[in-house]
Amino acid sequence: MSNIIDLKLFELVEKIKKKEISSTEVTKAFIDRSQKSKKLNSYITENFENALQKAKKFDEKPDFNKKLPGIPLAVKDLFCTKNIRTTAGSKILENFIPTYESTVTQNILNEGGIIIGKLNCDEFAMGSSNETSFFGNVQNPISENLVPGGSSGGSSSALAAKLTPATIGTDTGGSIRQPASFTGTVGLKPTYGSCSRYGIVAFASSLDQAGPMTHNVKDCALMLEVISSYDNKDSTSVDFKRGPYLKDLNENIKGKKIGIPKQYRVDGMPKEMDELWKKGMKIIQDNGGEIIEINLPNTNYALPTYYIVAPAEASSNLARYDGVKYGFRSKGENLIDMYEKTRSEGFGDEVKRRIMIGTYVLSSGYYDAYYLKAQKVRRLIKNDFDQAYKKVDAILTPSTPSSAFKIGEKTNDPVSMYLNDIFTVPINLAGLPAISIPAGHDKAGYPLGLQVIGKAFDEQNILNIAYSIEKNINFKNNINDWWIN
Amino acid sequence: MTIDLKTVKHISKLSRISIDDNKAKKLSDDLNSIFKFIEKLEELDTEKIEPLTSIVETNLKLRKDEIKSKNIREDILKNSPEDNKDFFVVPKVVE
Repeated sequence: MSNIIDLKLFELVEKIKKKEISSTEVTKAFIDRSQKSKKLNSYITENFENALQKAKKFDEKPDFNKKLPGIPLAVKDLFCTKNIRTTAGSKILENFIPTYESTVTQNILNEGGIIIGKLNCDEFAMGSSNETSFFGNVQNPISENLVPGGSSGGSSSALAAKLTPATIGTDTGGSIRQPASFTGTVGLKPTYGSCSRYGIVAFASSLDQAGPMTHNVKDCALMLEVISSYDNKDSTSVDFKRGPYLKDLNENIKGKKIGIPKQYRVDGMPKEMDELWKKGMKIIQDNGGEIIEINLPNTNYALPTYYIVAPAEASSNLARYDGVKYGFRSKGENLIDMYEKTRSEGFGDEVKRRIMIGTYVLSSGYYDAYYLKAQKVRRLIKNDFDQAYKKVDAILTPSTPSSAFKIGEKTNDPVSMYLNDIFTVPINLAGLPAISIPAGHDKAGYPLGLQVIGKAFDEQNILNIAYSIEKNINFKNNINDWWIN
Repeated sequence: MTIDLKTVKHISKLSRISIDDNKAKKLSDDLNSIFKFIEKLEELDTEKIEPLTSIVETNLKLRKDEIKSKNIREDILKNSPEDNKDFFVVPKVVE
């Protein structure tokens, strides 16, 4: 039998159901490998002992009707987990132990999943390289000193390095899809309203969505089925019919119309990326799909819009960290002084920068010029997609303008860091679902991803298209375990 | 427009984040480059466009106003930075 850690999520589920392996064996295997992989810094908090106990309990009284029967999973440290420390990658929550469970992680637990740890991420999910985390940089298992992407960088790193068979991240402007693309893994951002935001540390409430990160599309369909649910604890949760995504997964894309937006051909994109995009188009055509050129004229305005809307919402959401009810507190001479020192010492530079941008664009005299303007442009961006979807069923683009970059390469220039999300941000603004799948490598051998964008609540369609591309592309990740001595 | 040191100080006050002078200079540079980037939106005429306030444009569901979490005082106070069984403790507010 092959090594447990080399098995994909779906294979592990099957083997556990057939009693070929136990939950304890699987849990031990991923914990052992995680312990050998500390150099990657993927974890913030380990829950190993507790997880082993849970696995043993599962094996004593197994329930094979569950979707994740005794499966160990590490998750992004942005999900509140009852009695397990939840930091959001921030000093201000360094010692925060939630007394409640997020709906998404509760769904995982309900289906038999076992949480083995909490994974590193950019502070409050603000970043594209995992370099803003209070708990330090994360290594990309592809190569030393390469960023794993962000903000779900601990998740992408742990998944690609096989420290967890699958994981979940959150995506506000690309934070699942970009790290998936940087590590040669699959990442899906569901339609806004598909996965409950209850118990997820809030960044930008009108954009945040949780989603699966997996080794392949099949595992992705399985995970989405587990985590997506209607939840009355989240007022923006949408009560729509959620498909049996795994059962309905098929590679038949005959007659599908796939849009190619010309605005996504940006200057300076590596030649390999462009070739890969063409390869994706050819696969679609070879399998009976139709390629149609489409127009998303306001694409160039998406990033500036995002950098008004997201910080504005963040400045409101992060007002709760005041050193009073929970989290870090600094001593002050009086109440105001305590607030100001707590927030100054508790937040990192990128978070402070975004709170200040948000505070400014919402402040008296500037609200109309910035925030209201951005909300209007957000409407134009959504209208672009609405128009395009009159002609096509889905849209194919690159996931990112380039492959993973070196640690430290972009930290001094916030705008160049923001440009990383140029292909992912418009999708969050429009609330649409999108999946990134690994599709090839650049000159340096680093993975590159393709993104399939769908209509709202049409996750099944993009999963099927991704499944078809995946089968034809036959991507292999080159990881040589360089971090293990 | 430019965000000068005075404005940075003003925003830091509104944000309740204290900033020392060294950091204020760097922050002013960063904010200026970000706002230069943001101001691209001025090119667009949005006079007649309705702002998009929520991507889920449905009416919020109503529910009964019921108490669902009982006896959670201990839970709520558990993560309080200043240890106390009954209250959240803050620096003296009223003389």
